[in-house]
Formats: sequence, structure tokens, C-alpha cells
Amino acid sequence: MDTLFLSRLQFGLTIAFHYIFPPISIGLGLLLVVMEGLYLKTRDPLYHQMTRFWVRVFGLVFSLGVATGIVMEFQFGTNWSAYSRFVGDVFGSALAAEGIFAFFLESGFLAILLFGWNKVSAGMHFFSTLMVCLGAHFSAVWIVVANSWQQTPAGFHLVARDGSARAEITDFWAVVFNPSSLDRLWHVLMGAWQAGAFFVLSVAAWYLLKKRHEAFARASFKIALVVAMGASLLQLVSGHSSAGVVARHQPAKLAAFEGHYATGPGDLALLGWVDESAEKMTGLAMPGMLSFLVHWDASAPVTGLREFPPADRPPVNLVFQSYHLMVAVGMGLIGLAALGLFFLWRKTLESKRWLLWAFVFSVLGPQAANQAGWFSAEVGRQPWIVQGLLRTSDGFSPVVSAGEVLFSIVLFSLVYLMLFILFIFLLNHKIQHGPSEEDLTVGRQRA
Amino acid sequence: MTAPLDLNTLWFALVGVLFMGYAILDGFDLGVGALHLFAREDQERRLFLNAIGPVWDGNEVWLVTGGGALFAAFPEVYATIFSGFYPAFMLLLFGLIFRAVAIEFRSKQPHPAWRAFWDGSFSVASVAAALLVGVALGNIAWGVPLDAAGEFAGSFLGLLKPYPLLVGVTTVALFAMHGSIYLILKLEGDLQARVRGWAQNTIILFILCYVCTTMATLLYVPHMTAYFKEHPVLFLMPLLTMLAIANIPRELHRGRDFHAFLSSCAAVAALLALFGLGMYPNMVFSSPLAENSLNIYNAASSAKTLKIMLVIAVLGVPLVLSYTASIYWIFRGKVKLDASSY
Repeated sequence: MDTLFLSRLQFGLTIAFHYIFPPISIGLGLLLVVMEGLYLKTRDPLYHQMTRFWVRVFGLVFSLGVATGIVMEFQFGTNWSAYSRFVGDVFGSALAAEGIFAFFLESGFLAILLFGWNKVSAGMHFFSTLMVCLGAHFSAVWIVVANSWQQTPAGFHLVARDGSARAEITDFWAVVFNPSSLDRLWHVLMGAWQAGAFFVLSVAAWYLLKKRHEAFARASFKIALVVAMGASLLQLVSGHSSAGVVARHQPAKLAAFEGHYATGPGDLALLGWVDESAEKMTGLAMPGMLSFLVHWDASAPVTGLREFPPADRPPVNLVFQSYHLMVAVGMGLIGLAALGLFFLWRKTLESKRWLLWAFVFSVLGPQAANQAGWFSAEVGRQPWIVQGLLRTSDGFSPVVSAGEVLFSIVLFSLVYLMLFILFIFLLNHKIQHGPSEEDLTVGRQRA
Repeated sequence: MTAPLDLNTLWFALVGVLFMGYAILDGFDLGVGALHLFAREDQERRLFLNAIGPVWDGNEVWLVTGGGALFAAFPEVYATIFSGFYPAFMLLLFGLIFRAVAIEFRSKQPHPAWRAFWDGSFSVASVAAALLVGVALGNIAWGVPLDAAGEFAGSFLGLLKPYPLLVGVTTVALFAMHGSIYLILKLEGDLQARVRGWAQNTIILFILCYVCTTMATLLYVPHMTAYFKEHPVLFLMPLLTMLAIANIPRELHRGRDFHAFLSSCAAVAALLALFGLGMYPNMVFSSPLAENSLNIYNAASSAKTLKIMLVIAVLGVPLVLSYTASIYWIFRGKVKLDASSY
């Protein structure tokens, strides 16, 4: 095992673990704004109780996001120094902007959100919730901009320096609004809203099943279900338009999504397996559907993987499987949210125990889809670390030894495993403890 | 190269200001961590944690943003240092992770063993973080072996030389002093009186370290004083540093705790400014091959990027300062434990 492989493994591990938390923060942040807004509007103490409970959960999720996020900020330098030298002029600005515009906003107002209940007015507290939610969304903006630049670089030129080359900015706005930024940002944010909404749905459904805190659970469920339905449908739209951008700018990635080798009309697989040595996808597919989705014409040609030398192709089956997992889960979430809304409208939701159980486990859905989606996006870009410009194999830190990376991977694995167990343990503790009756009383007094 | 305020110099100063913000703000909460185990009962330790409770997270953002700004403005320094000091930075990252979760997790269970574990983690991680940051700065000043491509060409054990270790210990002492004065502001009664005693000890410890580091720098690290000798007016800076440090016990003695804390902040800022002036215009000294040193020109991003970043900084920094100030204002005064406390 060499430094390159281990560094990729470590980056994958640490980003995957980190990426459990920020999407929940973003989605839950939005729900907190809705809940606290409803409290200010209606003065119903139930909404105060809800806000208090979900703020406590938010604090726990947020702290893990911060603890694991610091690692990401520095890992470009520690493990990907050649990449950092190549992209610093472009990529660094986005990262610095994230710190200045997003993290300070988020962490500053989080203090008021968590500890400021008796220190500021109700209006000021709501404003802080709004700012935390905004900060969480901003952090997604800048990191997605930076990552999208790696997918579809724009607004730069290559400059020779001491025998090597690096990318330098020519047009900041072209970097920010590179061809894939907006579609991917939308896609990531909807994924985050789903993560937050299904997280709340899961806890609320469990309370309903156990007949505990029912008024609290019903109200939480309703708000989260509306957000979950909206986000899941919008996710379908953004997924479609994201795939369109991939088709135009990263044809090898799109071809890998569908295991499409020969340029020509493309099929849309529902299930399948790609044999990379035989260059063949076997499975259940809708003929011409890929061409139709990309070009609105079932017979239009879609670029196949054979247009690319094998050295320039991503690992096809891996990308195919993770992409299809994401799509399948996404479709399932739309169905689940729709069923939930239907039975809620029929007022029979709480008698459908199987559906409530499905909601309890639905928290895993957006998590799986978000992870699989990132995996498809990043592995689908291979062998490039910056599409068409720098290969991943040229991006790692030459001065770091495989042994050093192995050492840090082992440490990360142990520490993250422990953090995950503790996170689940503490989350479970908070859920078992439930919303506090005292918060209801305080809400009544304040109203 | 000696133009008084070109874009690169400005960014050197701005990155410096971000790390100064980090040292002043996270400095006191790392210091509180260093002193944490000296607090005896659970109640006292909770007061310590809640003294930094609402602000430690925002304080750490200064480091993250400083790292981002370093990446953007001086990618060569970012790449060389973070990959070159790999094991040290990994330990720093683990330290910061443990600190963050220790603060968050400790209060979640009342069991004594649970609390003792997180107390230990918090304290050890705080000391380790301060020490590692100090050792890294010490190495950058002392000089590390860099090759012609600006890559680190040394070993991890080579980083553990006496001078960097001395700077590391000085950093721990500085933050412990800074943290103890912060605690005086946030505590009252008996505990506050005890912390006053610790403040005196940490001040003495820090001044000893400070004198040793200054002597060692003057004797053994001549390149750190070269810029001062070229511009003798800059010798005002070490003078101001000494005055700021000397003012700390004076203010404490007069019972003006807040002034003492401001002095302590000024001392932290002044020490970093000294470090920056000593380095300028270099950012990482190369030793033995001094010509391979990274400086604010050969390590920088393009002028275009530095200008764009300047716009970002001009828009962002006033916002950051305004809400940082608001948060500190809202949470001013003595710590009181309530239902939402750690």
C-alpha cells in the first residue's frame, strides 16, 4: 500500500464520516427556523418546546461536524500538498471565504442559540437561529463551489512556475459560477434538507409508535414531512439538471453512471452489473431513456466510455453501483414522503404502524443517498483530481511516507469509531429523555 | 522587495492578524484547558467549561479561517508546512477533535468515570495543542531543511530540537497565564481567589520562559533579529511587549482584572507580531540551505488572487468582528450554571 492509495483512503474515510453531520445541521437548521418562527407567530408553547428539544439535538450534531470538519480544512495541505500547490490560487479563496462568511456566522450565533435563552429577547433568539441556518447554508455554498471547480474548472489559466504549472484565477465569478456550481449546490442543499427532515421524521415516528410525547411528535412530524416532500421532489429536478451538466462537461463520468461503453443511444439502467474487462453492462434497462433524459431524444447519441483511453476512465462498476443506489434511495424517499402525506390527509397515519416504522428507519435513506452521491461524484471524476488538468496520482504529498499515513488512518478509524458510538449513545439518550415538560411551561409563561 | 506595503506584505499581515485572533481567543480557552485538572470538584470544573462554553467554538474558527487564508494567499507555505510536519499536525488535529468533543460530551452523563475521562482528555488535548502549535512556530523560526522545490527534507524527530521545544513550552505557559486571567474575570468567590494564586504562578512561569526564549533567540537565531537591526525603530516592538507583560501583574495587583486581561491579550498579540517581524519577509526559514526559504513572494498566490481575497476580507472581517464582539458582550459577566450549561 503506497502513500497515494492510503491518502485517498484517508480522505474518503474522513470526508464520509464528516459528511454524516453537516447535512443534518443544514436541514435541521431550516426546521428550527420554521419551528421557532411558528412559536413567535402563534405563541403556542408546543413550538417553544419543540425548538428547545431540537436545538439540543442540533448542538450535538453540530459539535461533531465541527470536530471532524477541522480535519478537512487541513488535510489538503497534509496529504495533498502537490494538489494544494496546483490549486491554491483558485481553491484556497473559496475555502477562506467559507471561513469568513460561513463558519464565523454559524459558530457565533450558535452560542446564542444554545446558551442565550435567558440572555436575549425572543426576537433576537429567532434572529440567531436564522443566522445559524444561513451560516450552515453558506458553508455548503463555498465548499460546493470549490469542489465544483475541481469537476468543471473555469475562470483560470495555467501558469508555469519553477518547472511545474499551477492554476491561477483570471475571473473570480467564472470560478464561483463554474458550469456545475449551481446545479450541484442545489443538489447538495436538497440532500441536506432531506437529511434534516427525515431525521426529525424518524424520531417523531418513533414517539408516535411508542405513544410518547404525542402532541410534540405530531407537530414535529407534520413540519418535517412537508419539508421532506418538497425537498425530495426538488431533489429529483436538481438531480436531472445535475446529470445534464455531467453529460456536457464530464462525459466519462456520465457514461460510468450508466455503464455506457459504445457511443450511441443510451439506456437507463434500473439495476445492473458492469463487467469492466468485457466492457459490458448487464441488467434491467429502459432503452433510449438516457438519451431522452440528456437530449430529449431517445435516439440521440451519448458519448460512451470507449471514447476514453482506459487510463482516463473511472472505476466503472463502483460508480455505476453507487450512482444507482443514490437514485433508488431518492425515488424511495419520494414514495415514502408521498405515502406519509396521503395517510396524514386521510387522518389514518398513526394507525399505519408499518409506515411509522418505515419512517423510523427513513433517517438512513438521505444518509445513504448523500454518501453514495458524493462517492459517485468524486470517484466518477477519477483518474482526475481536477478534471482534465491534474491527475489524482500527481496530487498527493511526496514527503509523507506510507507509514505515516497508515498511522493516521489507524488513529482516525479508532477515534471516529469511538465518536460514532458516543454520538449514537448520546443521541439515543436525548431521544429517550424526550422533550422537557419544563420547556412547555416556560413557553407558556413567555407567550 | 522592501517596498513598505505591497500586496504580499499586506497579506502576510492579514494572515498574521487571523492567527493573532486565534492566539488571543483560543489562547485563553486552551489555557483554561491546561488548568482544568487543578479544579477539584465537578462543580468547579463545570464553571471552568462554562466560562468558555459559548465562545470556544467561535474561537477555533479563527484557526480554520487562518488556515484557509494561508492556503489561499501562500499555498506553498500551506503545502510545505502541513505535509512536512505531518505527524505533528495529525496529533494537533486529534488534540482539537478530543477537545471539542470532550467539552460537548462531558456534561451528558453524570457518571464520575465518564466525567474524569473527558476532563483528562480536555486538559491533555489543550496542553498538547498549545505545545504543538508552539513547536511548529519554533521550527519555522529556527529553520527546517527545505529542498530546491520548497519541499520539507527533514524528519519528525528533527523537529524536536531544543529551541522549538522551548517555544512550545513558552506557548503553553503563555496560554495558561492568559487562561487564568480570563477565569478570574468569569469566576467569583473562593474559586476566583484560588485562581488568582494560579495566575501569579503562571505569570512567573511565563516570564521565566519568555526570558529564556528571548535570550535563545538573540543568541542562537540571528536571522530572527536581522530585520530589527535593519530597521532600529522596530525595537520599540519588543519594548512594548515587555511593557504589556509587566503591566499584567501590576493591574492584577491593583484589582483591575479586566485591564490585566487586556494586557494579556496585548502581550499575546505583541509576541506574535514580534514573531512576524522577525520572520518578515520570510515565511519558513530553510536551514541549512537558506536560499530555499519560502518568503512572501516565492510562496504567494497571484496578485489577482490576493486582490480578490482583499475584497473578501474587507467585506467579511468587519462582519466577523461585529458579531464576535456582540457574542462576547451578550455573554459578559460571571458564569452562572443553568439548564442549558455544560
